[in-house]
Amino acid sequence: MAGDIVEIVLRAVCVLAAFLVLPLLVGQTEHKVMAHMQGRLGPMEAGGFHGWAQLVADGIKFSQKEDIVPLAADKRVFRIAPALGIVSYLFALAVIPLGPHTVGADVPGSLVWVLAVGGIGTVGTLMAGWGSGNKYSLLGGLRTAAQLVSYELPLILACASFAIAAGSLSLVGIAHAWTPWWLLWQLPGALVFLVAATAELQRPPFDMPVADSELVMGPYTEYTGLRFALFLLAEYAGIVVMSLLLGVLYLGGWTGPFDHQIGWLWTLLKGAIFAVLIIWIRVAWPRLREDQLQRVAWLGLVPLALLQLAITAIGVVVTSR
Amino acid sequence: MTKFLSGLAKGMATTARTMTTHAHTQQYPHVKPELPSRSRGVIALLEENCTSCMLCARECPDWCIYIDSHKETTPPTTEGGRARQHNVLDRFAIDFSLCMYCGICIEVCPFDALFWSPEFEYSTTDIRDLLQEKETLGQWMPTVPAPEPLVPELPQTEAQQLVVDVEPEDDPAAGRTTKRGAGEVPRPGTEEQP
Repeated sequence: MAGDIVEIVLRAVCVLAAFLVLPLLVGQTEHKVMAHMQGRLGPMEAGGFHGWAQLVADGIKFSQKEDIVPLAADKRVFRIAPALGIVSYLFALAVIPLGPHTVGADVPGSLVWVLAVGGIGTVGTLMAGWGSGNKYSLLGGLRTAAQLVSYELPLILACASFAIAAGSLSLVGIAHAWTPWWLLWQLPGALVFLVAATAELQRPPFDMPVADSELVMGPYTEYTGLRFALFLLAEYAGIVVMSLLLGVLYLGGWTGPFDHQIGWLWTLLKGAIFAVLIIWIRVAWPRLREDQLQRVAWLGLVPLALLQLAITAIGVVVTSR
Repeated sequence: MTKFLSGLAKGMATTARTMTTHAHTQQYPHVKPELPSRSRGVIALLEENCTSCMLCARECPDWCIYIDSHKETTPPTTEGGRARQHNVLDRFAIDFSLCMYCGICIEVCPFDALFWSPEFEYSTTDIRDLLQEKETLGQWMPTVPAPEPLVPELPQTEAQQLVVDVEPEDDPAAGRTTKRGAGEVPRPGTEEQP
């Protein structure tokens, strides 16, 4: 019994450590990749070597700022909102496997779990928009809601395609069932997942909710200091979760040469590919207008995801005969 | 639709290409910029050349040059000669908080006492400290670059020859170019005409 508790605590600490380190790595990668894509160098001073400690310095700066709650705000909702956003991705990260046994919590229906807790983060953003007592925040929050309702559907449909192809709702099971044929067979589903995940994270080009020229900073307008930093951390944790998820679903997770020894490295590497892709998309593409955003979801991604679902279903029926 | 997709692909390609090329950033405090010799950084004063004629102070559009001087009498060197008077510069100051770097003072100086220097790191924490006296102005003299050849592609001597060929007598442009650093560039025409 005591051994179980120790193991649970150890696993939780490991997940928490990954949760705190990986988003910083993604953030630093974004700083550097975006800078070089724009002909700049990015942070070069903090920490000495190529500004490696820039995000640590940012965090220290945020923690020193005054914690301001607007007078008109719904104070408790305003305070809880950032925690909700960040906890959802922490829960999601806990069940994403790095290897067949390297997983924070081995849940049977881990894919369902990830999709379910991923929705909680949305509620956090909605609460931030509503609780700020600011019209820009409210508009941003409503845009967030509209966007996430639209893109949750293709995201779930794409995930369903992977689950049907593998015949399992467990991420470990899906990665075990993976074959190189999936690269072709599940390609539309992966594209849908990537676009929907980027939209889900409200990253450019899908950052209508925080469109700074119209809505100041959307739901985050009134936030400052650590609470704002938590929202930022949640965004980058979201990239980590979505990238690792797509790496496990579409690229087979730990599958690769020497995967008995360095399987976890393969998963991280495959996740990193998608993280860089999400950063790259942000740099290269212009922001969508609000109506274009909805068009892409309902007229582009949903039919494509349904098509993928049909292809997968036919494929499974034909091959299992 | 194809135009839309090809546009997206082009955006990805452009950013990828930019990432592989060198960044344009100059890491200024660590790496000093290489400024062209015509840079208008600061105005340096060659005190020995100044005759306190006040032309620069009068022409200055925002009156940022302060000159104080007095006359001194040199006794005659020979018996029965005449005592001569000359100006002694007491104070020459440029207020760089007012200066708009037009360079008229440098253009107008008939005795080549003022020069452009590319030196630019003289900011201060107090606006009053930007009033630079002649000692400081003189310290910038070593940073004044040698004048560029009149025609950059040609070697120095050929460039001068070209000026002589075009206009031997009163070309205002030729006259102005000789103004900068009269020690290095001989006045056009003087070589040929005795």
